[in-house]
Amino acid sequence: MTMDMMKKVPVREQDPKVRAANFDEVCLGYNKEEAEAEAQRCLNCKRPFCVQGCPVSIDIPGFIAKVKEGDVEGAYNVISQSSALPAICGRVCPQESQCEGKCVRGIKGEAVSIGKLERYVADTAREMGIRPTVTAEKKGKKVAVIGSGPAGLTCAGDLARMGYDVTIFEALHKAGGVLVYGIPEFRLPKDAVVEKEIENVKALGVKIETDVVIGKSVTIDGLMKDEGYDAVFIGSGAGLPRFMNIPGEQAMGVFSANEYLTRSNLMKAFREDSRTPIMRAKKAVVVGGGNVAMDAARTALRLGAEVHIVYRRSEAELPARKEEVEHAKQEGIIFDLLTNPVEIHADENGWVKGITCIRMELGEPDASGRRSPVPVEGSEFYIECDAVIMSLGTSPNPLISSTTEGLDINRRKCIVADEANGQTSKPGVFAGGDAVTGAATVILAMGAGKAAAKGIDEYLSNQ
Amino acid sequence: MFRIVKKEVLAPNIYLMDVEAPRIAKHALPGQFLIVRADDDGERIPLTICDYDAESGIVQIVFQAIGADTHRMAKLETGDCFADMVGPLGRPSDLCEIPLEDLKKMKICFIAGGVGTAPVYCQLKWLKNNGVNVDCIQGARTKDIIILEDEMRAVSDLHICTDDGSYGIKGNVCVALEQLINEGKQFDRVVAIGPMIMMKFVCQLTKKLDIETIVSMNPIMVDGTGMCGACRLMVGGQVKFACVDGPEFDGHLVDFDQAMQRMKLYKNEETRLLLREQEGESHHGGCGNC
Repeated sequence: MTMDMMKKVPVREQDPKVRAANFDEVCLGYNKEEAEAEAQRCLNCKRPFCVQGCPVSIDIPGFIAKVKEGDVEGAYNVISQSSALPAICGRVCPQESQCEGKCVRGIKGEAVSIGKLERYVADTAREMGIRPTVTAEKKGKKVAVIGSGPAGLTCAGDLARMGYDVTIFEALHKAGGVLVYGIPEFRLPKDAVVEKEIENVKALGVKIETDVVIGKSVTIDGLMKDEGYDAVFIGSGAGLPRFMNIPGEQAMGVFSANEYLTRSNLMKAFREDSRTPIMRAKKAVVVGGGNVAMDAARTALRLGAEVHIVYRRSEAELPARKEEVEHAKQEGIIFDLLTNPVEIHADENGWVKGITCIRMELGEPDASGRRSPVPVEGSEFYIECDAVIMSLGTSPNPLISSTTEGLDINRRKCIVADEANGQTSKPGVFAGGDAVTGAATVILAMGAGKAAAKGIDEYLSNQ
Repeated sequence: MFRIVKKEVLAPNIYLMDVEAPRIAKHALPGQFLIVRADDDGERIPLTICDYDAESGIVQIVFQAIGADTHRMAKLETGDCFADMVGPLGRPSDLCEIPLEDLKKMKICFIAGGVGTAPVYCQLKWLKNNGVNVDCIQGARTKDIIILEDEMRAVSDLHICTDDGSYGIKGNVCVALEQLINEGKQFDRVVAIGPMIMMKFVCQLTKKLDIETIVSMNPIMVDGTGMCGACRLMVGGQVKFACVDGPEFDGHLVDFDQAMQRMKLYKNEETRLLLREQEGESHHGGCGNC
């Protein structure tokens, strides 16, 4: 096989026209031949910058070397030492700003396709029936993990591997958190990938109790005093969806991206046989530019809508992963950039009929260093639509912070936790992920879960 | 598992069930609700809590079979299990936070409409157990659909009214409230729980009478834990989420018209699902759109 070593081995994808009408996975992943060819491109650097770029510090050159040799089980074992969820990370991590962003190959050409290789290893290992194993001795100590999203699963998996008796408490009826309710099937298959990775975490001895809302069904103090947990990790995720507070936002046909995606992903409303209703819009406007906005837009598209993304900054500032933006464009999503909604209009029955937007221009950089958008006076225009999906981020859920004495929160109402070990202001209570940082990414949450597992082990070992 | 240990038919299409749900039973307080799923592909149905017993771990629910999923729930029998039951959700009634001495001095009138009787019973029982006596107006269209009458009478000074006059005061709950006031009763708080339209009219009346009024809102919900935002309402010009900020709100600040309109959001889909389940393959409207 001849190849240009400067370029990635291209990954096969569903044709944009075909996939715009189905919920099957967009990216088809590497086969053995493609993966081994891509693995050849790794320079096996002595000082691997890619590992520094990985929030969970996977030995990337180590696992790629195994792929090169055709040893998938060996590669899987290398990854498993650092990550409990490789099939998920290989799909949803923003590799271009992490491992691949640091790859030496990327200086002159394209970085090694680390994400796609990770995915190949995880998928192939799963098909071969390879599972992670626990060898640690039982420590005889109980840890409660709140939330079964990426932070919780990672923390629980690591602690189980160390020999702790771990129970995850999940508020919804299904485990997985944002992996299940937030990220769509076409990006992250639920039965084939998410469920299997959760089974792997359970295979490490982790128990999962669904239908438990911490702060309501039981409090953190209750877990520690009455149920005998020695430490608690809070990975409860982000919270309430934000709205713009513009006129017309209560009209029928205005949804938060969280609601829209939860209906489609968790409740399977995209399937004809689902019992959960979802609005199949003719023309939908999605407000926002993050990954969640892309997911909502591409879901609405697959449910039959013409979709416009309205974002107040320019393309360069879109917070979504580049790959998601590219995929969205290929599928026919229309980007109305430097545009901001000012009013939603409803018909006489209260249903959305259109939205007035205003053009924006970029002014001086704000505190975050991003140039802040300023409205262009008199540039208002009208977009006809029957649905508006607000994807503006979330603000923290108060259920845990308001029911746990001694747990400090910051100005933004996020739980305060030490980045290095997850320690909160309350002894024995650790936290990480969106509950601490506000809405961020799957892999950052996993990194926090990992750090907290170490922190919890240190805390319990010193007791 | 969430096993049904008792089932009763209270009135046509209105069911009472005792369910094993120890975590909910241990922490529930009046005013809170729970979410239930009949089976593995069921919808998440929010229901107010009618009664709970921490010791036995039993929670009591009352529901009306209206949509496809509540009809499925109604088919479950004693010994069957719900796939899921989660709670208690929402904030407890603020009555639970008022010092008992002050509470005993308050003159409260509860107003219960339809299956809203169940959550009212929960509050009345809690008040009675704490030595607080209150009045309660229980309204229904007609005598046959009055539920839990003996239980309600045991925990309050009960005044029943029916629209058709077949039992108690003739007229709706507003007529009954005005009658009580005309008879010399004085109230410094009304707590109204029932259909939104009933709560709206009660609030219009109590605003005129200048009586503080609390209502319990039951909008469309998905997760019920403050994640999806489907249950948002306008209260005093601000967006509030019924699942975490409520379900109880100052009724004089709630925008009922908007809340009622939002309830229609999935009406067509829900009706279609119900018809599909009831009539199976025989259901064809003929228009080609269903």
